[in-house]
Amino acid sequence: MNISEWLPRLWQASLTTIYMVGVSTLFTVILGLPLGVLLMLTDERGLAPRPTLNRVLGFVVNLARSLPFIILLVVLIPFTRALVGSSIGPTATIVPLTLAAVPFFARVVESSLREVPRGLIEASQSMGSSHWQTVSKVLIPESLPSLILGVALTLISLVGYSAMAGAVGGGGLGDLAIRYGYQRYETEVMLVTVVLLLVLVQGVQWLGDRLSAKVSKK
Amino acid sequence: MIKLEKVSKSFTNGKSAVHALHDVSLEVEAGQIFGVVGTSGAGKSTLIRCVNRLEVPESGRIWVDGEEISALETSALRKSRQKMGMIFQQFNLLSQRTSAENIAYPLEIAGIAKLERVARVKELLNLVGLEDKADAYPAQLSGGQKQRVGIARAIANHPKVLLSDEATSALDPATTDSILELLVDLNQKLGLTILLITHQMEVVKKVCDHVAILENGYLLESGAILDLISDPHSHLSKAFFPPIQEGLLDPQAIQAAITFLGEAADEPILASMVRNYDVDVNFLGGNIQQIGKRRVGQLQVELKGQQIPEALAFLLEKGLRVEVRE
Repeated sequence: MNISEWLPRLWQASLTTIYMVGVSTLFTVILGLPLGVLLMLTDERGLAPRPTLNRVLGFVVNLARSLPFIILLVVLIPFTRALVGSSIGPTATIVPLTLAAVPFFARVVESSLREVPRGLIEASQSMGSSHWQTVSKVLIPESLPSLILGVALTLISLVGYSAMAGAVGGGGLGDLAIRYGYQRYETEVMLVTVVLLLVLVQGVQWLGDRLSAKVSKK
Repeated sequence: MIKLEKVSKSFTNGKSAVHALHDVSLEVEAGQIFGVVGTSGAGKSTLIRCVNRLEVPESGRIWVDGEEISALETSALRKSRQKMGMIFQQFNLLSQRTSAENIAYPLEIAGIAKLERVARVKELLNLVGLEDKADAYPAQLSGGQKQRVGIARAIANHPKVLLSDEATSALDPATTDSILELLVDLNQKLGLTILLITHQMEVVKKVCDHVAILENGYLLESGAILDLISDPHSHLSKAFFPPIQEGLLDPQAIQAAITFLGEAADEPILASMVRNYDVDVNFLGGNIQQIGKRRVGQLQVELKGQQIPEALAFLLEKGLRVEVRE
């Protein structure tokens, strides 16, 4: 395969990866943020202790996190098919990617929120805030710099997962690397893909660091 | 304004229970600056947190401004908390909000409209002397400035009560003084009732008119400072005027503690006593303290002579407080 042939493919694969990872991250934040808040609130020493609920949630999160992604990918095939009508292709891959990242991101959120000094929560309560107000006006804004880093971290793991998903028909850079680089021994394609993934990861980390520092007023 | 009735609270730490408060009762009248002193671990923090129910007491009842805090439903409790301000040792300002936004926080919680909020914040910044720091983040402020923001935030909703949790303990002496002056100022201008806890006797001396002493969860004594000080048996008096070693006593003499309050401290009363009565005075020790705006002195003396009862009556008549030690 010559350059004029695989360059467009590379471009296409990059866009696919960005699409999968981007949409998965979006859903991960939408689902993982409330889950992380819930984990923190219902903790024994949290704002609204619900030890049983907390243990159940914690167990489910740990269970999901302990499953290797490749297994999750396979286990979820029927669910994915029911949800998006197919189990192959970039859009279908978003389902397992999101489900793998939600528990991870929820733990990241939980630990970020825990870093907010206890005194600030106390001050918020002393002013008569409801739990919702304490979460939305104190906990989340105060931990925003750390949450942004958490999103970057999640994005990076999703880039890795998406490459794996490529192996089972997800498309994207991982798919390209396996099919051309590995199965057809086209080392250049493999190398270029790896470099692209590296650039993507570095870029996300750099952007996350910059944004987090810009947002932080500490 | 604030009333605690037999409030008890203990914490379970693993298997052992730690009693933070034992049947503590006290009453703070409107307009007072009431200090609760004690060493760390005495239960002060727990006590002040029971007043706005950040800690839930195990038994006992608490009233603030006629409302029984210990009996309120959650939503009613939130409403009453909006009418109580609280300031903290570590200031507890939101690091991601500017001074002005921090002060606006309780107003947002109370559902005050934006325009009114902006006006009130401006007024409060003026009141605490931080007009030029409206847009500064806490990280850009000094300790004293942070506490001023804390105070402005605490009084934003026109509370009747301010709870101060070691508010000056993290500040240097000069800054402590300026913050204390601000508190006294607010107490006088706004009629704000202040309940403050501290481990610094200096704070009590400078601003409080009433005091309670807490030790290991027990309330040892409480009352007006001047009353407690002139009672040589009180813990407060012993803290301010440590008693003289006993055993050096002349068996013929009697030992007395004479307390001078206010103007009496400036008159040569003892000199005229010695001139007019047949008594000899031997000074064992003495000390003058500035308490609030008043000077309070205490002399520990030995009296010998024929006219001791008359001499003591003379002192009492001059407005001094005399306590004879047996």
